Amino acid sequence: MSNDESREHTFSVLVDNESGVLHRVVGLFSGRGYNIESLTVSEVEEEERLSKITIVTSGTPMIIDQIRAQLDRLVQVHNVANLTSDGPSVQREMALVKVTGKGEQRVESLRIADIFRAHVVDSTNSSFVFEVVGQTDKLDAFIELMKPIGLADVSRTGVVAIARGAET
Amino acid sequence: MSTKRFIGGEIIIKALIDQDVEVVFGYPGGVTLPLYDQIYKQNRLRHILVGHEQGGMHAAEGYARSTGKPGVVMATSGPGATNTVTGLVDALMDSIPLVCLTGQVTSNLIGNDAFQEADTTGITRSATKHNYLVKSTEDLARILHEAFYVATNGRPGPVLVDIPKDVLLGTGAYVGPEASEPRNYKPRLNPDAKAIEEAVDLLASAKRPIIYAGGGIVNSGPKASKLLTKLVRATGFPCTTTLMGLGTFPASDPLYIGMPGMHGTYEANLAMHDCDVMLNVGARFDDRVTGRTDAFAPGAKKIHIDIDPSSINKNIAVDVAVIGDAGKALDKIIGLWNKKKIKPDAKALKAWWRSIDKWRGIDCLAYDQDAKAAIMPQFALETLHKTLAGSDYYVTTDVGQHQMWSAQYLRFDEPNRWMTSGGLGTMGYGIPAAMGVQVAHPNSRVVCVTSEGSLMMNVQEMVTISKNNLPVKILSLNNNVLGMIRQWQELFHDNHESECDLSGGADFIKMAEAFGFTALSASRPDEAAGAIAEMLATPGPVFLNMAVARDENVFPMIPSGAAHNEIDLGPNKQLVSA
Repeated sequence: MSNDESREHTFSVLVDNESGVLHRVVGLFSGRGYNIESLTVSEVEEEERLSKITIVTSGTPMIIDQIRAQLDRLVQVHNVANLTSDGPSVQREMALVKVTGKGEQRVESLRIADIFRAHVVDSTNSSFVFEVVGQTDKLDAFIELMKPIGLADVSRTGVVAIARGAET
Repeated sequence: MSTKRFIGGEIIIKALIDQDVEVVFGYPGGVTLPLYDQIYKQNRLRHILVGHEQGGMHAAEGYARSTGKPGVVMATSGPGATNTVTGLVDALMDSIPLVCLTGQVTSNLIGNDAFQEADTTGITRSATKHNYLVKSTEDLARILHEAFYVATNGRPGPVLVDIPKDVLLGTGAYVGPEASEPRNYKPRLNPDAKAIEEAVDLLASAKRPIIYAGGGIVNSGPKASKLLTKLVRATGFPCTTTLMGLGTFPASDPLYIGMPGMHGTYEANLAMHDCDVMLNVGARFDDRVTGRTDAFAPGAKKIHIDIDPSSINKNIAVDVAVIGDAGKALDKIIGLWNKKKIKPDAKALKAWWRSIDKWRGIDCLAYDQDAKAAIMPQFALETLHKTLAGSDYYVTTDVGQHQMWSAQYLRFDEPNRWMTSGGLGTMGYGIPAAMGVQVAHPNSRVVCVTSEGSLMMNVQEMVTISKNNLPVKILSLNNNVLGMIRQWQELFHDNHESECDLSGGADFIKMAEAFGFTALSASRPDEAAGAIAEMLATPGPVFLNMAVARDENVFPMIPSGAAHNEIDLGPNKQLVSA
């Protein structure tokens, strides 16, 4: 039954920027056996001392509802949005991708970077670091293409997301 | 605003008094010495020096559960704090409002592995509803009041405030409770009108209804129990109450069909299974109640009233979710029921009661005392019930067979009278909980039903009880074995009695006397009633060691993971006709 299908959901959680809040959110996921596929956190409101946590998780509709309710009842949580089910949203992730190689390999890596609108942010005689921004699957594809050329290292930010439209 | 400055320890005393705290259960230690110096200097707050911090936690739980007020505990850093953890989780599972104050090493030593340092907020994060580390004396008053707010509002629970020694010694301004509501935590109390309407319509359409009530009604306050009773009587529907909800509906009412679940009555479980509309008020579809979830009340439309939205659809998917306070929701349901002048389907209800009465006629709690040379535990508890009936009494239990028999044979007509560790099942809960109840109700009868396994887990609090002249009566049903373990080993592990034998243990009579109790004993059926009466009549703390039949099992029993209609009646199964 489609109702029991596990699907990916992105939650955006506005929290007090206090010590322990990230631990509490992460602990909720680990303590109840929910997945975390990606997690980002940063202060978004200096005066009000609010941080936003973006979590990509997956589960059946019942589990996704549970995750929302469990997050919502934490004392330090101000607002929980399910950006997958509440309406359209924009999702972005950034990766820094180190590729090593010489000659034709370097040319090929620049050519692919161009297609993906990736920027070179560091360069030596035998390496590039590319900065690539986009949806998770775009980054996955970029990294996959760099593997045979000389992929040496990857750092990814995890997903940040925001609802489309004028509503906040 | 006053600019007067106070020492951290003074702020704590002021805040507790402003929160109407009368008593704290605590144990001092190195870093809480400045707080204890302030306790020394005042006489408004009563401090009870417990034997162990875990005992303090359960005492505070007993106090809270029997009064509806939050219980307060003080413990020192490190081991003091770690000793509170079981009590915190116990209170979290059973939604008991507690505020636990722990000392912490001086701020500049935090993280240095200092003497008696533990990462208390880290350790207790998943053991509490919320916790705080106070970083400045300036924040102390606000955080303390916020802690009380969080502990008592919404679904109640334990809140821990970790206070470094320098915060206790430093100075800060004082703010009162009114200025200290959390900026964000505002649980929903008033249910949605549309959900109430849907609930009432479903109840009106019911042919085989059941009302399943739980601990949320106790937490809502005595008025919620009155409203539950009113609704049950107005509808004529059968009512079952969970382990945490015993007493929310009078057990003496003919509409009461006993407790549901693993050791619930035959009639309650079959009615849960066969009902067509189920109204759950303040219970959480715990696995000990539901049994196998895919076979739980398969033909029923389900309504769930809960103050905690995360309880909805957690274990069992429901048709109507009413989020809010149980009392407020019941009030609205009764209001709409009356306004719509609903008359339940009398013919269907009559047929439904005929089925229930047939199940009830099995008398699933029957036992045979006459044929036995030993006291049957069921007989002991039925005798206790008869002896207590009509008086002002409270009962706490420990965990195991005696707890389930207590739930079956002690019949409560009022809420807040029954204290037991439901969710966590903490052995060692009963004696300190009884202490807390007796502190709150000095002139009432307080009985702890325990057994020799649980007894030894917080036995040190017997000293606290006698030192404080608390007339707690302890009835220990001694069967020389960890009874529930033995029962499961008999039923599910080929009768391999692995590590459950408690024979040859302490001389409990000498032990009780050494702890300042009057010690009584009974071992023959004809002694039981007299011994219980003597226990209750003897002033001061009394310990009654009652030897009971060793190999008795708790029945009925729904094996773990089975359905309600797969209930095992034990020796009474021959009574059921096919």
